[in-house]
Amino acid sequence: MPDPILSVRNLSIAYQARRGQVQAVRDISFEVERGESVALIGESGSGKTTVGLGLMRLLPTTARIVGGSVVYRRPATGSSPASQTDVLALDGGSLRQFRWSECAMVFQSALNALNPVLRISEHFADTARAHGYLSGSALRDRSMQLLSMVRLDPDRVWRSFPHELSGGMRQRVLIALALLLEPQLLILDEPTTALDILTQRNIMDVLKDLRQKLGFSMLFISHDLALAAELADRVATVYAGEIIEIGNVRTIFRTPYHPYTIGLIKAVPTLTSDKSSLISVPGSPPDLIDLPTGCKFHPRCPLAGERCIREETALEEVASRHEVACWRWPDARQVLKSYQARA
Amino acid sequence: MSEPLITLEHVTRTFMVKGKSITAVDDINLEIPAGELLCLVGESGCGKTTTGKMIAGLLPTSSGRILHRGSDITKLEGRDRKAYRLGVQMVHQDPYASLNPTQTIYEILAAPLQHHSFTRGDRETKQRICQLLEIVDLTPPDDFLEKYPHQLSGGQRQRVSVARALTVLPEFIVADEAVSMVDVSIRISLLKMFTRLKEEMGVGVLLITHDLALAKYFAWDGRIGVMYLGRMVEIGPARQVVDHPQHPYTQVLLSAIPEADPDVTRAKQRIELRSADMPSLLRLPSGCTFHPRCPAFIGEVCEKIVPPLKKGQWDCSVACHLVQSYES
Repeated sequence: MPDPILSVRNLSIAYQARRGQVQAVRDISFEVERGESVALIGESGSGKTTVGLGLMRLLPTTARIVGGSVVYRRPATGSSPASQTDVLALDGGSLRQFRWSECAMVFQSALNALNPVLRISEHFADTARAHGYLSGSALRDRSMQLLSMVRLDPDRVWRSFPHELSGGMRQRVLIALALLLEPQLLILDEPTTALDILTQRNIMDVLKDLRQKLGFSMLFISHDLALAAELADRVATVYAGEIIEIGNVRTIFRTPYHPYTIGLIKAVPTLTSDKSSLISVPGSPPDLIDLPTGCKFHPRCPLAGERCIREETALEEVASRHEVACWRWPDARQVLKSYQARA
Repeated sequence: MSEPLITLEHVTRTFMVKGKSITAVDDINLEIPAGELLCLVGESGCGKTTTGKMIAGLLPTSSGRILHRGSDITKLEGRDRKAYRLGVQMVHQDPYASLNPTQTIYEILAAPLQHHSFTRGDRETKQRICQLLEIVDLTPPDDFLEKYPHQLSGGQRQRVSVARALTVLPEFIVADEAVSMVDVSIRISLLKMFTRLKEEMGVGVLLITHDLALAKYFAWDGRIGVMYLGRMVEIGPARQVVDHPQHPYTQVLLSAIPEADPDVTRAKQRIELRSADMPSLLRLPSGCTFHPRCPAFIGEVCEKIVPPLKKGQWDCSVACHLVQSYES
């Protein structure tokens, strides 16, 4: 029985640039089930960060939500009954209430997300005060508990300034801080990018652990396929502002149907992959101001035919819980050969 | 055996940071034969970039020597010095910062060609530039000549950087994280281009990266060197180092790497560190610098004595007291 905590329907977001409109997100629909972890994977400029910012209503002023809806469903907890929120209609106090207490975000680049002149303790106090949450020793206890949950030494970190902490420690502080108000949904934008391997491992273990203990839902945005393989229940591939394939993590990695997903997965070397099995997708992502006609991937696609150039694609269910936006998906098995032949 | 192209003898580099001396690279010995594909891997702060810069002559050593075809690079003069400066080129990490934004691709590539008299006259220069652009897969070359860097994608810019390094016919390229800022889907084609340079033109490459899977792929028939806090802890044939790591640090790294395969990555055996925190370069641990974190720590010998890099199994050299020496 599906029980989505977040439903995104036909969301489109555009930026105004001097050259014209940048169509960063086009007609994206997906759901995050309660307790589920969903990964949006894609390359730089694919629009995945814009989706995250749009869901939190944190877009810069040059961006405009062109259309679509975002519905957040709060489960019944304790005294408060279940409720449904139209995120795009929130403003003022209700928006502040939604952010952080319902849905919190951990931003890209942990190095810049903390205020350099505030101690870690003040970051927690600030957040709590702004949302009318705990204060004094109750807040301190709760924060310290969260800090140890992210495997930090709370006594050391509590009085520290951000510059006294390493990149990995700061990232863990941000995760603890994001969880302060017990949000139901956590959005993470490139949570491990720019961190060292052993630090990345630590962050991934912390996230897995927390999700088990606290049971929140997770939406994370990354270009790192390995991170998705490790943490996601479901994976959506984003290309040129669209979701072009979505499915269970095993389905996406084992039997992807979209030529771009197939190319992307086969382009990442693993420790055990054979040298000859790796390929590279020819060409580069399209200009989001001047998009190609039809399927946006057709200029790079080895299978592209007449219809792909002419007609826009839409997600279509090819198996249970597996959707692909490609006219040629039944021929997907040939794609790999074409890629290899080109290389 | 022929003379190595580049030799590092006890190379050490220290930096002064707020009045304190930190050792970024500590006593590295390395021989690089001509035409080798070599990867240096390690976490940030391990000294891999500093080592690369010293090899390219962009940074002097604090002690120790670097030899180019057997001669100390600091003592080279005249023709030998030029042969080294042109022979060893560097491709930097960030293709958005390493190309002059006010010059066209033609101008960027023409400058070194003309300055070093590799070509004479505009026609020959243009011909050579088109050749170079074809080598780095920017085709048709005419489409790129009049473009500025901002009109190209990251991957295309990185190809221009490589073409620029190739203008002076180098025998060795130091590529510092040359693909980490490039989109995943085109990384492999950049690496394949480097491999082709080796096969067709005999150009050796030192690729500096933090990605061990990428290193294994790139240096398939070459070598991987693993660095930790300024020291080389393991070096050997790429597939041996990744498939049969001998140093505990290499083993920990490999067990920590998430793999782009949900079944493999979730079933992976993890090796836990004794301490998760990377020590500060300002206060390096005594003895083996990995001992406070090492899962195989055996006590006093690790705390007191710096393990030398010695022959282990399978043509690998390993710096660990636990690894039995296979030196004959």
